[in-house]
Formats: sequence, C-alpha cells, structure tokens
Amino acid sequence: MSNATNPILKVEGLTVDFLSDDEPVRAVDDVSFHVSRGETLVILGESGSGKSVSTSTVMDLIDCPPGDIVAGSCLFDGVELSSLGAEARRNINGRRIAMIFQDPLAYLNPVYTVGRQIEEVYESHGAGSGKDARAKTIELLRRVGIPEPENRVDFYPHQFSGGQRQRVMIAMAIALKPDILIADEPTTALDVSVQAQILDLLRDLQRETGMALIMITHDLEVASSMADRIIVMNGGKVVETGIAKEVFSNPQHAYTRRLISALPHGNAAEAPNKRSTTIADKTLLKVEHLTKHYVLASGAFSSKRTFKAVDDISFEIRRGETLGIVGESGSGKSSVARMLLGLNEPSSGKAVFAGENIFEMNEKRLMAFRRKVQMVFQDPYGSMNPRMRVYSIISEPWVIHRDILPKNRWKARVAELLDLVGLLPEHADRYPHQFSGGQRQRIAIARALASEPELVVCDEAVSALDVSIQAQMIDLLAELRTRFSLSYIFITHDLPIVRHFADRIMVMKDGKIIEEGQTSALFGAPRHEYTQSLLQAVPKPKWLTQAQ
Amino acid sequence: MITYLGRRAFHSILSVIGLLTLVFFLTRLTGDPSALYLPLDSTAEARAAFARLNGLDQPIYWQFLEYLRDLLQLDFGESLRQNRSAMQVALEAFPETLKLAAVAITLSTALAILVGSLAAARPGSMFDRIASLISLAGASAPDFWVAIVGILVFAVGLGLLPTSGTGTWAHWIMPTFVLMLRPFGLLVQVVRGTMLSALASPYIKTARAKGLPRQKIIFGHALRNSLLPVVTVAGDLATSLVNGAVVVESIFGWPGIGKLMIDSIIQRDFAVVQSTILVTATAIFILNIAIDLLYAVLDPRIRY
Repeated sequence: MSNATNPILKVEGLTVDFLSDDEPVRAVDDVSFHVSRGETLVILGESGSGKSVSTSTVMDLIDCPPGDIVAGSCLFDGVELSSLGAEARRNINGRRIAMIFQDPLAYLNPVYTVGRQIEEVYESHGAGSGKDARAKTIELLRRVGIPEPENRVDFYPHQFSGGQRQRVMIAMAIALKPDILIADEPTTALDVSVQAQILDLLRDLQRETGMALIMITHDLEVASSMADRIIVMNGGKVVETGIAKEVFSNPQHAYTRRLISALPHGNAAEAPNKRSTTIADKTLLKVEHLTKHYVLASGAFSSKRTFKAVDDISFEIRRGETLGIVGESGSGKSSVARMLLGLNEPSSGKAVFAGENIFEMNEKRLMAFRRKVQMVFQDPYGSMNPRMRVYSIISEPWVIHRDILPKNRWKARVAELLDLVGLLPEHADRYPHQFSGGQRQRIAIARALASEPELVVCDEAVSALDVSIQAQMIDLLAELRTRFSLSYIFITHDLPIVRHFADRIMVMKDGKIIEEGQTSALFGAPRHEYTQSLLQAVPKPKWLTQAQ
Repeated sequence: MITYLGRRAFHSILSVIGLLTLVFFLTRLTGDPSALYLPLDSTAEARAAFARLNGLDQPIYWQFLEYLRDLLQLDFGESLRQNRSAMQVALEAFPETLKLAAVAITLSTALAILVGSLAAARPGSMFDRIASLISLAGASAPDFWVAIVGILVFAVGLGLLPTSGTGTWAHWIMPTFVLMLRPFGLLVQVVRGTMLSALASPYIKTARAKGLPRQKIIFGHALRNSLLPVVTVAGDLATSLVNGAVVVESIFGWPGIGKLMIDSIIQRDFAVVQSTILVTATAIFILNIAIDLLYAVLDPRIRY
C-alpha cells in the first residue's frame, strides 16, 4: 500500500519559531516526514507538541510574523512550496492539498449557507460556477452522507448536528479531489459513536480517491485505527517514527511508552484499581423523579412543544462513593449536574441532601448547601476569571462563607491546597493564563476543595486534557477521595475513562437512565444495547481490522 | 415575524405617548408665550384675550386632555409664529434633515468600512496608523469648532463655498463633511476592531485552506461577520442625526428639523415643539425596527 519511494509530500528539517514578547519560541524543531498517495500518516502528539504547526506551515496558514520559518523544505509533488508565489501557492490550497479542522462549528462561516461555502471552492479554482457548482455540491453532500442534500444545501452551519458539520467540512475539502487531505483532530469534538462514522467516511473516501491522508490527533485509539505510518511528536520534535503496528507494539522512545501506558482503555487486569475503599452506608444525596422540561415553542397559534432534557430520573449516592454518569452530548447529564448545584431549576422532582430537599431551601440554607457541594467544570480556560490571581481564585469561597477560615490563615491554607493538588506555593501569585490546561484544572480542584465540600461534581472535568494528563488528574481525584472521604459525581462522555475510578455507573440517553450498575458488572456484561455500542465505538487498531 | 413587528409597533406607540406627555408639560414650564408674542406694553385684557384664543387660560390638565383629543383627530395644533398647522411646519423641515442625515451616514459608513477593513487587513502598517490617527481626530474634534473654522477658511477666506443656506450642491459640502466627522471616526475604530477579531477566527483559516483569493477572504468572509456591531453603532449615530443635527443646522442655516426645534423652543411655539418631537420620535422608532430587521438579514442565526 505505501509507496515510500515516491512520496507526494516530503517535509524535511522544518523548524518554525514564534515571536513572543521577549524571545522567539521554537514551536517546531527539525521535523521531517513524508506521505505517499493512498497512505495514511498519523502525527500523534499532545497539545503544544507542534503537530498542528507543522501541517499549518505546509498549508501556508502560519502568519509571518509572528511565525518565522527558520529552516526546512516542503517538497510537494516535486515542487518546493516556499519557492512559489502567492497566487501559485493559493492555487494549491483547496485544489491539491485540503484540510479539515477540529471544531466544524467554529471553522464554518456562520453567515453563509453550507452550499455557498462549498460552491466557493469550485468558483475560486475555476472548476465550475452557478448551476454546475450547485449540482456538484449537492452530489458531494450526498456522498458524505447528508440526508436530503437538495434541501439541506441551503441550510446554515448552525442548523446541522456536530457530526453533519464535520461531514460538510469533509465535502468541502474533497470537492476537487485533492492529492492530500490533512485532518487536524477531526473527531475530537464529536461523540464516540459519531467519531466512528466520520473515521469510516474518511477511510472510504481515501479508498475511492487514492488520496494521501495526514491525520493529526492526540488520541491513541484514533491514531491506531487510522495509521499506516505514525510519527510521535513531543515538545516540537519528532521523538519516534515508524510503521504504526510496530510503534504501538514496541515503542522505542520513553515518551511514546508513557503515552501508551496512560491509555485508560486497556485491559482491566493491567490497570490499578482506583475505586473507593471506604463507602459508608449513609446516603449523602437522594434524587427522586428529577425532571427538566424546556418549552421550545408556545404561543397563541402554535401548540406547546416541550423538550425533555431530563426525564424522571432517580438515583442515590452514598458518602465516599463515586458515581459515574456517562452519556453523549444531549443526553441530559450536564442538566442533572446543573440542577443539583442549584444553577438551574428542575421542572419537578426532589433531591434530598443531608435530610433536606435542596429545591425547597431558602437563600440561607442554600448558601450552606453550596459550601458542601462543589463543581469542577470542563473548560479550565473559560471557568476562571482571567484577571484574578490564583490566590484570589482559591480564597474566594472564604470571602463568601466567612466562617470557614480566619483571614490571617488564608495565605497558609492556599499554599497547603496548592501543594495538595501538586502545584507550588509561589503559583499563588500568578494568573490563570500562565498555566497549562492540566495545571489550571488542578487550580479548579484546589478551589473546589477550599470550601471543604462533601460532594464534588466533575462535569467532563478531564475531557479537555491530554491523555497523559487525564490519567494524572484521575489519580489526583482518587487520592483526594481517600484523604477527605469525598463523594464524586463524575460526568463524562468517555465510558472507559471511569472504568477504574467510579464505583457505580449510570448510562444516560435522551434524558433517561438506560442502565445502572456496579462498574465491574457494567463493563463485564453491559445489558443495554446502547451501552454495548458505546463500549464498541472505541476505535480498533487498523492492523487488526485489516487482518480480519 | 409578524407578531414581532406588531409587538415592536405597540411598544413604540406606548413610548411615543409617554414622550409626548413629558414634552407637553415640560414645554409649559418654560413660561407664558404671550410674553413673547404681544408687545411689551400690551394691556392685561389683550394678554387675557391672547390666552383665551390659544386655549392657554384653561387649567393645565384640561389643556392636556384637549391636546390628546385633538391628537386622536390628527389635529396637532397651530403654530403661534406662523399661524398654520404645526405638523405642516414640522413636516416641511423634516425632509431637509433626513436628506442631510442620509447622505452623511451613508457616506461615512461606506468610507469607514473600506478604511477600517484595509487597516485591519494589515495591522501596524503605515496605512493602519494613519487611519487610526485620522479617525481619532474625527471622533474627538468638536463639530461646532470645525464648522466655524470651515466657514472662516472656505467661505470667508477663500470664497470657495457659501457660508450657509441651501440651494446648490456647494451648500451641501460643509454641512455634510462636518456631520460625517464623528460617525466616520467612531465607525473606523469599530470596523477595525471587529475585523481584526473576525480575521483571527477559525473560519478564516478554512477560507485560506480552501485557497480563496485574499480580497474574497477580507470583504466576503470577514466583513460579513463584522457587520453586526457596525450596524449597531451606525444605527445609533443615524438616530442622533435624524433627531436633527441642532448645532450644525443652526450654524449653516440649514432649514432642518433640529433648527426648527430650537427656534420653536426659544419662541415658546408649543404646538410646533410637540409636532417636531412626534415626527422625529416616530422616525427613530421606525429606524430602530429597521436595524433589528437588518440584524436578521445579516446573521441567519438571528430570527424573530
């Protein structure tokens, strides 16, 4: 399959700096790779590894300044890309090398119909216009699996689901049958079941057109399911390169070995069990018939339509227990969390915490309750005030709940909490933007612990983090649980990640609990079809599927 | 959509009624018109007769009720100064203001979009710096000062342009230029800012990866997404111009509604003051609804 003697793209010794305030930062350092027609090259790396910068340079998407291509060559079909003039360079983009991105909602222009955005590709490369371009566009949308393409062609991006948007992006990229398709984290923002469909589509299209595929990902499973060859990047450098099967079965570099061992999806026998050791008999929180309806449309001329975000769910959690709530986007899992924290009002139902229904508490009782229940959010970038120092962020609960700690002890306690989550006392004087994603999530946990809670709700708290960081965060949460006998509600779309952490798992779909059980039982013998499909949606290595 | 327009119209009418009530009582606080319209040595009987003739002898609440009754019959009262329908006076002056405002706001918006976009396309360039400087000067220069200096230089000194009045196209140049200064200056800043963030957004990367020509990326993809804030600010500025550019109209002797309003207030010509307010308020409400509809045209995610 691979044709290494005659690569369509050959990048050699690529070195890119970014100019920041004081000195240039090296984003990509002496990176070389090549890809041939019909071949899939995966560039694997965590955030900040330089994987996106290398391909953006090939696409001429790096602005200079602040970017600065210090050295290296990009040989495309025998032509040095950097020697081309602007117009010749533009002609290659979209026609011979195309690219799709991580978040299709942000990467599609919100004010143009999807049809218009695809037709533009034909028009700007002189490959058709007017009715001709429209007919081709409809055909293309049909090919990538958009239902009723004749109508949907005039829809705007926000009127599609996440998976469909990515299909539209793919349609746009393959419009002119490019030689190379670069896919930058194409499934990271999607649900696992949708991810599998998109990966299938990419594989099919590659088979049909014989294009080369360069896939950038941080996800080892996605990487193994797609790659013929793989390069692993870390800190701007290529640390390992080779045939995918060999890299995965016999990683040479220490970094690659660490990445592969951090996989949460491995066999149960291999991973240490991080489940709670002490679960009291005492019920901490009991939820009964919790329901949340949203009114979609009501008026004199339209009948009332409601959307059941959460539909009559009941569960309980004991002191010291960890409950995993698993579901895909739109399953209602976050709505449950928001109601339990009093951020949203339920339509009906009860939630009894320490003998009291939280939905009937007065302001004063609610304050006391909020102290006992804390939340860690998904986005460590958006959920912290960028103008507050870490010290103020962590000590803010004490400003609100005055009885927790006298002011003269705040400084010492902040240092203690930072130490607890694996940060240094001097970090207290810094601002959130000076930290990495994982460090920020540690700050968020420190803030949650500041009010000495009994229950911590983690809403996709590790989803935005790199795999190796995810594992560290789970370790930290597990350790804190034993130390402070905390209870967790751990909400995630990633079923395997809670395998070694949650005591009990609740699977949600369309606002309902469809399966609930002890973790080992649920993984061992999932009863519900949907749970089974979630477990199976995890991509399988390419060399195994091809052997079948 | 229809219900939305109906609701907006209903709210607007309520606001106009509230505004007219306020204006009715406020104007009457300025004093008695008979002091201005009759000779200084006129007798008490003559004053009483004038008051009776114009209904000013009634208690103020009664005057107000009569005003409301007349309003319902579309009778807006008589101008004391001109002895004819106050509404007619207001409606004669309004088109003059509207013409000037439309020309000024259209030209300044178009020019600002062009200059702001080009500045944002090359931030930090010489063009960007000069554009920033000029727009800042435009936004902060006091219009009365520019108007007077303009008259001094171009009319009195060089004799190129008329000092004031209407008639030829030359009469338009100075008032239009002075009215454009502030909107142009503010809008260049707004366009530049929103264009900068639009050009840094992910869908621009997609457009570049598609191989679109540069001018299509800037004026097609980025500009279209930057227009909402521009429309908001331009609409706001248009409102203030429709309201009558009081200072500029007065300086250049432009027979618009702003000048009429000021003159009528000074002369205590109550019916005309009330009519001008009614006309401009209605125009402003229509303008605001039009701006809201324009949002929906520009951004498909906005639906009413």
